[in-house]
Amino acid sequence: MSRYTPPEQSKAGQIFDIVVVVVAIFVALWLPLKMGLAGAAKSIDALDAKTWEALGQNPTMASIWEKLGYTPETAHDIIQNRFHYVIDWPTLIIMAAVLIGYFVFLFRASDREYRDVINEKFDDK
Amino acid sequence: MTVTLEPAIHGDRVSLLRVLGPAHVWALGVGIVLVGEFTGWNFAADKGGALAALIVCWVVGLLYTSVAMIDSEVTSTVAAAGGQYAQAKHIVGPLMAFNVALFLVFAYTMLEVSDAILLGDTIVAKAGVEGLTHNSFIAATIVVLAWLNYRGVLMTLNVNFVITAIAYISIVILFFSVSPWTQGAVLKLNELVTPGNALPYGWIGVIAAFQFGIWYYLGIEGTTQAAEEVRSPARSLPYGTMAGMITLLIAAAMTWYVCASMMPWEYLGITYYPLWDAGKLTGSPLLENLLFVATLLAALASANGCINDAARAWFSLGRDRYLPTWFSAVHPKYRTPYRSILFLLPIALAFAFIADLNQAITFSILSGVLQYTFMSINIIMFRKKWPLGSIRRGYTHPFHPIPAIVLFCLCVVTFFAIFLGFGSQLIAMVAFYFLISLWFHFYRYKFVRRGDQFTMPWPKPQGY
Repeated sequence: MSRYTPPEQSKAGQIFDIVVVVVAIFVALWLPLKMGLAGAAKSIDALDAKTWEALGQNPTMASIWEKLGYTPETAHDIIQNRFHYVIDWPTLIIMAAVLIGYFVFLFRASDREYRDVINEKFDDK
Repeated sequence: MTVTLEPAIHGDRVSLLRVLGPAHVWALGVGIVLVGEFTGWNFAADKGGALAALIVCWVVGLLYTSVAMIDSEVTSTVAAAGGQYAQAKHIVGPLMAFNVALFLVFAYTMLEVSDAILLGDTIVAKAGVEGLTHNSFIAATIVVLAWLNYRGVLMTLNVNFVITAIAYISIVILFFSVSPWTQGAVLKLNELVTPGNALPYGWIGVIAAFQFGIWYYLGIEGTTQAAEEVRSPARSLPYGTMAGMITLLIAAAMTWYVCASMMPWEYLGITYYPLWDAGKLTGSPLLENLLFVATLLAALASANGCINDAARAWFSLGRDRYLPTWFSAVHPKYRTPYRSILFLLPIALAFAFIADLNQAITFSILSGVLQYTFMSINIIMFRKKWPLGSIRRGYTHPFHPIPAIVLFCLCVVTFFAIFLGFGSQLIAMVAFYFLISLWFHFYRYKFVRRGDQFTMPWPKPQGY
C-alpha cells in the first residue's frame, strides 16, 4: 500500500479550523444554557400551611433548619422544590436513538480509518 | 510482571519530562476527585434522597473500580500522553480517539469550572459582605493555576500532593470529631433518615441519583494523562490509580455518614458545601474553619489537576494533526504543553461566568459517562485484538470481561439517570459530538498521517 501523504495546511486554514472548534465548543455548551435546556427539571409543590409539621420535618430536622438560619417560610421553597419523575417516552426514545446512532457511527467510521492506519503501518514492514 | 516502557518517539521535537512517581499519580487522581466529597455528590440526595446517595456511593464505586482496573491494564501498556485518547487511537481508530480527547477536555474543563465556582462561592459565603461577587475569585483561581501548570508539571503535582493530603485529612478529622461510634450526641442519622423519607421518590429516585453519584469519583481516570511523564508507567499507574480509588471509597463513605447524620436530606441536596456545613453544625469554630479551608484546597487541587489533564489531551490532538499542529508545541524551558494550557484558559473563564454549579457539573458528568461507555467496549476490543500473551502488559486486570460488562451496564443506567431531569442537555451534547465527528471524518482526517497513528511496538492486531 502506498504511503498517504497529507496536504500541508496553510496558516489561514489552521486558524479557520481553530475558530470552527471554538465556535462548536461554545455552541455545544453555551446554547443549552441560553435556551434554558440545561439544569434540573424541578418545580415547587406549594403548601398553604407553612409549618415544620406540614413540611414533613420532625423536631430534630426543624432544629437543624433553624440552626442553619431557616424558618418554615424560607425553607418552604427548598423542601417543596421536587423532581417529578415522569418518563416521557418519545424523548427517551429520541435520546436512545441519538446515543445508539452516535456510537454506531463512531465505531464504524473509526474502523474504516483504523484499517488505513494498520495497512500503512504494517505493510511498510 | 513489571516492565518499563520506552517513551513514545515523536521525531526530534522537545518531549515531556519523565519526572513523576506513584505519589504524584495518586495526587493527580485523588486531587481531581476529592472535591466531589466537598460538593456535588450531595446533589444525589436531591435527586433520590439520603439513602439513594449512599446506595449510589457504593454502586458507582463499583463502576469506578471497573474503570480503574480496565484503565490500569490498558494504560500500563499504552503509555503515552493523552491517556484514554492514546488508547482509542491504538485500539479503535482515529475518529474514536478524536472523540475521546474531546470527552476528556470537556469533562476536565467543566470540572475546573465547577471547582472555580465552588471556590468563589465559598469565599463569598464566608466573607458575608453585601455586594461581594465570586467573579474575581473565579478569575484569579483559573489564571493562577494555569500559570502554575505553564511553569512545570513537577511543581504542579507537588503542590497537588500537599493540598490534597490536607483536604483528605480534614475529612478524617471531622469524622472522628463527631464520635461516629455513637448516635444522638452529634450525629442523628435515625432521626434524619427515617423509613418515611429515606427514599422520597422510591427506587426511580435511586436510579436518578446515579447522575450525581458519578461525582463522588469523577476524574480518577485522569491518572493516565500523566503516562508520558511517569518514570515507570507500568508500576506507577496501576499502583497510584488503585490506591487513589481505595482512598476515595473510604472518603466517600465517611462523608455520607457524617453529612446524612447532621442535615435533613432536602438541605443536603441543595447546599454547595455539605462538609463545611457539617463543620459549622458541630458548633466548633476550629472544625468550621478547617472544613472551610479544606473546601478551598480541594477545589484548588481539582482545578489544578484538571488543567493539567485537559491541556495534555488537547496537546495530543495537535501532535497527531487531529487539530492544527500549533497546539502541539512544548515549552522549550518548562517542557509543558503551554499553548494548549493558554488556549483552554479563556474557555474555562467564559463558562465559569455563564454557567452555574450544577450545570457545569452536569456537562462534566455527561462527557465522563460517554468516555466510560467507550472504555467498556475498548477493553473488549483490546483483549480481542491482542490476546493475553501476544504483547507485554504492565498489568493484567482479573475477571475479564466482568468489569467491562458491569461498567457498560452502569453507564446505561447513568444515561437513564441523566435523562431523568437533564435529558435535553444530554441530547444537545450528544448532537454536538455527532456533528463534530462528521467534521472530523469527512474533512479534518485528510490532514492526518495514517501510519504514524500507531506508535506502539506491537504486532499487527488480530482480524486485520
